[in-house]
Amino acid sequence: MMTGIAQELARIVGDAYFSNQPEEAYFYARDPGLMPPHAPEYVVVPGCVEEIQEIARLANREKIPVVPMGAGLALTGLVIPLRGGIVIDMKRMNRILSVNEGGRHAVVEGGASQGLLRAYLDRRHPRLRHSIPDSPPTATIAANVMIHGQGRLTQQYGFNSDMISGLEVVVASGEICKIGSCALSPDWFSKGAPLPDLTGLFLGWFGATGIITKIGVKLYPKKKMRDVEIFITDREDLVAEMIYELTHTEMVEDINVFAQPKPMIFKDNHHITLFFTGDTDEEIEFKRKMIWHSLDRFIKSKDGGFMGVPPVMKPTLLDMPQRSVSRFADVKKGGGFEYSGPIIMVDKYPDCTRKILELAEKYGLGYSGMARIIGRSHAMMYGFAFTFNRADPDMMERTRKALHEVSAFALEAGGVFWKATVDEQKMAMARMYPATLDLMKMIKKNLDPNGIMNPGNWEVAEL
Amino acid sequence: MKYSDIVHRCFRCGYCKFTSDYTDFNCPSYRKFRFETYSPGGRMWLIRGWLNGDIKNSERFQEILFSCATCANCVEHCVFTFSDDLVNIFIAAREELIADGIVPPAVRDYLRNIHVNGNPYKEPAAGRGRWAEGSPVEAYTDQDYLFYVGCVGSYDERARKIALSVGTLLVKAGLSVGILGEKEGCDGNEVRALGESGLFELLARQNIELFRDHDVKKVITLDPHAFNAFKNDYPGLGGKFEVFHYTQVLAPLMEAGRIPLKACALKATYHDPCYLGRHNGEYRAPRSMLRAVPGLELVEMERSGENAFCCGGGGGNFFTDILGGGEESPARLRAREALDTGAEVIAVACPQCAKMLEDAVKSEELEDRIKVMDITEIVTGCLI
Repeated sequence: MMTGIAQELARIVGDAYFSNQPEEAYFYARDPGLMPPHAPEYVVVPGCVEEIQEIARLANREKIPVVPMGAGLALTGLVIPLRGGIVIDMKRMNRILSVNEGGRHAVVEGGASQGLLRAYLDRRHPRLRHSIPDSPPTATIAANVMIHGQGRLTQQYGFNSDMISGLEVVVASGEICKIGSCALSPDWFSKGAPLPDLTGLFLGWFGATGIITKIGVKLYPKKKMRDVEIFITDREDLVAEMIYELTHTEMVEDINVFAQPKPMIFKDNHHITLFFTGDTDEEIEFKRKMIWHSLDRFIKSKDGGFMGVPPVMKPTLLDMPQRSVSRFADVKKGGGFEYSGPIIMVDKYPDCTRKILELAEKYGLGYSGMARIIGRSHAMMYGFAFTFNRADPDMMERTRKALHEVSAFALEAGGVFWKATVDEQKMAMARMYPATLDLMKMIKKNLDPNGIMNPGNWEVAEL
Repeated sequence: MKYSDIVHRCFRCGYCKFTSDYTDFNCPSYRKFRFETYSPGGRMWLIRGWLNGDIKNSERFQEILFSCATCANCVEHCVFTFSDDLVNIFIAAREELIADGIVPPAVRDYLRNIHVNGNPYKEPAAGRGRWAEGSPVEAYTDQDYLFYVGCVGSYDERARKIALSVGTLLVKAGLSVGILGEKEGCDGNEVRALGESGLFELLARQNIELFRDHDVKKVITLDPHAFNAFKNDYPGLGGKFEVFHYTQVLAPLMEAGRIPLKACALKATYHDPCYLGRHNGEYRAPRSMLRAVPGLELVEMERSGENAFCCGGGGGNFFTDILGGGEESPARLRAREALDTGAEVIAVACPQCAKMLEDAVKSEELEDRIKVMDITEIVTGCLI
């Protein structure tokens, strides 16, 4: 027997795409990370923006929490319905609505996945690409932007959220907001400029101010060739300098630095992984030389060198997204990993490296440290990643403790939490400049007066 | 439960739902139902929750488990080292439900009919070989090959025509083949996939004994499902005979020009059956047959080969119909995908796929634009 709300939701999305069953409640109560579960009352899979508007109106009227969900891969519990309510699984709305080849942008629905856009462009617009993150391909573009994700073009163009060209958002009242050039033009070429940039009302809010239903994505030239070099050093204190030189060349597409204890030959070394592209062999070789020469002084001082990347290793490294990132979850044959990835200055690399080693040893955990450079050494995301066995509660608890220590460390080191857990959000708001917090309160109060949008996250009003 | 030491290792990353190039979601049950619970990762997490006592065996849970088409797309694309076991894990969970006796009525009825009647159609065994009456296909005595037809080919009206087409072409190609007719038994592939391992073993042992009694050395199957059971499951139970899908014996003959054909201007697209393709790696032989037809233009669907989208009939769904119905049923999606190629014909090599897709073409009202034909029906139409 369905309640009135259940009947209403089933009417809106259709019976087939509505559930209040224990199976969906169980699954959607969880994400792959370490946060405790909390079940929704309802899960819906809408097919169009009008349905989302109706759901929002119903939820706002009845004061029921609403949690939009992409693939649920943030790992930090951002789509766990902390106050129950309705989980809106967005992935049925996954159409690529348009691609403007000349204007290099696409407009996609709010549930379109990274993988789908990549495949679409590969087939129909082979000279275009977007900034693909290393989260699995089912990760949605909107959710990735909502958490200020990073991708393969982040060293060149910043956060993936810097690479959008407009938004359509449904707010708690059910109204549609169009953000950017699309607010007054049929073309989605700018997210703000030269208008007031209103994307900040929604991005980074984890759905606490609105649900993204369409998104403009900037596209970039896709060169015919892509290659990778790895510079290895055991001098963690020199990594920031090396990155500075590499970014000065403006020849590199993407820079990742990884350090991990296994396989044994990787131990104690830092692998600066450099991706670069070209349309011709000449262009590729020119860039390769520029990259090599930028680190000459470190080679001369015997502080590092380029390893010959064996051909057998290249497909793994050049994969987009990298499947090996997901495989890390099963290193302990336990299907779990979680990382804290603060955004922090590049010169903090040695501190981060020492910290991850300290924590891995203290808590007896398998680890991988991975930095992705954001902009021209403007910042980095340093991922403190620990793998755990999902069937080992003690190991899960040790991983939680290690990540908690990372949070405290990152804040003290001047970092800012990326896709912050609820606890990290509270830590951030407690430290935040008061007027900034007031501004956030004002935004939240006006956009979501009943507090129905992903409640538990960015709860500024309760401070 | 078998594999209970693995179920917690799923990260639910979702690679299993896609094709290798991420063109589309390629898990038929997820594509239809759209809740994560109906995806391979969803099943893994729910099975774990069920084993831990966090959720109960309900109608929904049964639908989730039994809607898996065992198409092995997840096996193909999962990034973890346990990927090979994914379908086996889902079958193991079904086995537990079967053992408890709490399964969807359609599953129960299917298994009961096999047990009581020896086929899911509740037809007498005497009718098994009726499709061959008046054809050049003779009873098996001591021919080189046993032509094994299976339940669908023996009793389903559409599939019987395909059995006749394949059988006749095998004879015309000069192969020495015979059928067991009313003595033939169910191969049990779907019985195993639905989790009734005891009944499967019984059927398999009966068939093995029957083949042994008739001194069968080589078997040609009509149906990729039977091919899969004979090739992969029977040897472990003592089955010692060579097995071929019919495309595997006809393709070399056509390549060698031993089946004379006239030109047939036709644009066709080939739908890979999961139990021939992903389960057994045979992608070449059916295409080779089609390419050997003069004038035939073979065009591929967006999802083909190891990325082919299942028609939704596998894993017993052909009989239970849990995945059928509605515009988003896998077969209807596949029919639309085939239409997008501009082909006039969907070529198939499986009677179950043929029936699923033919029904889908009718539901989509596409009969005047595209038709479903077994590869041998195409070849037969082009014989000189």
